Amino acid sequence: MGVLSSSVGSGAAGAAKFSDSDSRKYRYFDPKGKRQSHYEDVTVDVQPDPERYLIQDWIINFSDGSGAYEKNATSAKSSNWHAFRAPDEEWERTHYQRQSKIVGMVQSVISNARANNVPEGYDGVWRKVLQKHLGAWKHAEFGLGTSLMRAQRFGYTQMINNATLTNSSYKLRLSQDITLFLAEVGMELDGWNDELGKETWMNDPIWQGTREAIETIMGAEDYLEQYFASNIIFEPMVGELIRSGFFMRIAAANNDPITPPVISAAEADYERNLANTIDLMYTLINDPQHGNENRALFAGWAKKHGTLANKAALGLQPIWSEPHTKPISFDDVRAQSHERVNHILGELGIGDVLNGII
Amino acid sequence: MTSLTLNKITSQRGIPVGEAAKKIADLGWNPSYVQEAAVHPSDYKINKEPRDPMKQVLRSYFPMEEEKDNRVYGALDAALRGDMFRNVEPRWVEWMKLFLAIIPFPEISAARSMAMVARLAPGEELRTGFTMQMVDEFRHSTIQMNLKKWYMENYIDPAGFDITEEAFGKCYATTIGRQFGEGFITGDTMTAACMYLTVVAETAFTNTLFVAMPSEAARNGDYALPTVFLSVQSDESRHIGNGHSLLMAALKEPENHLLLERDLRYSFWQNHAIVDAAIGTFIEYGTTNRDKEKESYAEMWHRWIFEDYYRTYMLPLEKYGIKVHHDDVHAAWNRITEKMYVHNTAQFFAVGWPVNFWRIEAQTEKDFEWFEHKYPGWYAKFGEFWKWYAKLSTPGQKVVTFNEEVGYVYPHRCWSCLVPCLVREDIVTDTIDGQLHTFAHEIDRWTAVEAFADEYQGRPTPAMGKFGGKREWETLYDGWDLADAIKDLNFVRQDGKTLIPQPHMRFDDKDMWTLDDVRGHTLASPLNMLRNMTDEQREAHLTEYRAGFTINPCN
Repeated sequence: MGVLSSSVGSGAAGAAKFSDSDSRKYRYFDPKGKRQSHYEDVTVDVQPDPERYLIQDWIINFSDGSGAYEKNATSAKSSNWHAFRAPDEEWERTHYQRQSKIVGMVQSVISNARANNVPEGYDGVWRKVLQKHLGAWKHAEFGLGTSLMRAQRFGYTQMINNATLTNSSYKLRLSQDITLFLAEVGMELDGWNDELGKETWMNDPIWQGTREAIETIMGAEDYLEQYFASNIIFEPMVGELIRSGFFMRIAAANNDPITPPVISAAEADYERNLANTIDLMYTLINDPQHGNENRALFAGWAKKHGTLANKAALGLQPIWSEPHTKPISFDDVRAQSHERVNHILGELGIGDVLNGII
Repeated sequence: MTSLTLNKITSQRGIPVGEAAKKIADLGWNPSYVQEAAVHPSDYKINKEPRDPMKQVLRSYFPMEEEKDNRVYGALDAALRGDMFRNVEPRWVEWMKLFLAIIPFPEISAARSMAMVARLAPGEELRTGFTMQMVDEFRHSTIQMNLKKWYMENYIDPAGFDITEEAFGKCYATTIGRQFGEGFITGDTMTAACMYLTVVAETAFTNTLFVAMPSEAARNGDYALPTVFLSVQSDESRHIGNGHSLLMAALKEPENHLLLERDLRYSFWQNHAIVDAAIGTFIEYGTTNRDKEKESYAEMWHRWIFEDYYRTYMLPLEKYGIKVHHDDVHAAWNRITEKMYVHNTAQFFAVGWPVNFWRIEAQTEKDFEWFEHKYPGWYAKFGEFWKWYAKLSTPGQKVVTFNEEVGYVYPHRCWSCLVPCLVREDIVTDTIDGQLHTFAHEIDRWTAVEAFADEYQGRPTPAMGKFGGKREWETLYDGWDLADAIKDLNFVRQDGKTLIPQPHMRFDDKDMWTLDDVRGHTLASPLNMLRNMTDEQREAHLTEYRAGFTINPCN
């Protein structure tokens, strides 16, 4: 290579000393902790804000005059929307590493089980349970995934939208994991009907409460309500109830060691998504200017979706009676579920909001 | 001995890809209790269910992307071990301060727009494709932010990288990139997220963005950018498939044809105006490589945009009944060649250097020779300017922006694409809601006045977007002293006086311009000036503007 355009014969850090030659950190945002994290570096302020640096304001508007991102896309209010940082600190690299690890694990489990003829050992009733009820549940996961895919368009900051986006990605992956798991297991078993899940989801009275709860989340116009309802209400009241409280705990007793690891990834996903959601909601409910207003708003959402989630959970009760082996009762897991949701709401300071509902 | 047939032991019957995709598409349903929430409106009507041409599922998608990432991050580590920055050309990396300030926003905007476009057509099959595109765009945005951080940590002059997203919101040049990114997420969903983003930006112009630029980066000792951007580009084929599939579904309805014609025209012209201005400048002026055997930007444009895109993608749309504006493609080509669009843009960025947040150094005799070879007539038009630029690069000289000796006339800003009206003879004016505006070309005027309107050729278009905001950057600092404007922009180093931008690559405080060196010049808005003229004055001014300017000889 010839002579460089550099006056000092190198383009490397430290080749010369001059003003700001050592300025090696992004200096346009305040980190949440003492030092800025990698997640913050690749996330903060990528979505601009007319109240921060966007001095020309949004330059293309919708026909009603609103800009690309508006605070009124939610009824919640914040004195600083930029304060939120997702506790899981996910960015593309960590997201793909985690998702890839999960799909690899799930495929290994299924493949090994099939190689060892495990599906053939399923109890006959359990086979039907999987076709109908796990088959139906995959649609609930898909509904949450598409709701959150919509929601990630509307948040006021990159941090909110990216956390919602990864949440959507996790939900959509799980819905596909279950779909392919059932299809592959079905390849080993005579008479397996992959269509039964959707038929059950659409028409079986057991599932209509859940479908209504999911469709209500899908239909919520407020993106933050979609995020809140998914992770603060529906997941602990229905999601964990059926995933951990039924499929994971009852499968093994019915000769099915495959379903628990396939589903367990979702529980780990949820722990992360719950942490993100509760952190954001906590920030809003403790907002110095709008905290009380937000608390009332969230209480309203909790009641609306809590009522539906409760109806959904009760509707699912007969499922616990279907397997031959019933190591745990619906009442026991529902009690755990109530404890969980009340604990979550308690952290937000609205722990009693579901009194009288559940 | 018989040969080992391991697959008899290990093989397992799998689900065919098509069947897997079909099962996944069946995850969706038509809600009956509550209808799905609205996203954003569209004036298009799509009744045909689009097909997913890629038929990929997340199970194979995530490991594939992880593997791509492993290669990218491995290459970045190797670049550091190989001491890449010792041999990297600062002329090149400086332009990355602008490019990488812009590009993560359009990328993440594309992710957001998937929420909009996924709901536009019936059926669920293509939704899987849009889901993956959403996650892809999240990948692109954060991987590019990571690359920029990496430059900041390892390149000789980190200033400008260190304020990157702040600069993105403030700079007169990044406004062009914001027009690009906001175009993906506002207005009519089909216009924004399918036609502007996927059918034109991704299908046509990502070749120049993500393939031509990496080639030039490598020629300048930067093999990090190619690693990242070729990896990004490898996701684009899926996105192109998404866009084409939705376009085909939209084509089925004759009532969409008028809107498709409008949107194809707007999208093509504005992508040309924005992407060619920016990427053309980076490639032609950010390089130190003057190999006459390599393709110029114009030659690459002809190959990728004219031959590949126009001839094989746009033209066939005619057989479906879509009017294709052939003249526009030829007009764009004419701007890039005869009208020296890219060179006028580079000159404009150089004139504006004090309000940049990166360095631009002068072009030299070696560069002149290459430019003249590739763009005959270049020297007569731009040679003297770059000599002036070199001469005026030392502190104490009168800044080129305001130096009357040079002869440059600061341009009007195009209200549509936000690139200034650099091809002087093509400037047009028109009024919107009683306000006068300037446009770089008749098609820009058409875009702002006729396409972005409540109706198009008599057809109501209530979902179409509106241009808004303080579109002419210059109005923000009309009447400001240049030094005060730079300070307000925060384009000052942390010593409080040295400018982040510099008109040279001299890495020594004694050669670097400070606020004092640029004080005493008043910024003005050409648009405000034009609006304040009488009709006669305005006509005379525009006649003079169209005649162009002459750079005085630099002795």
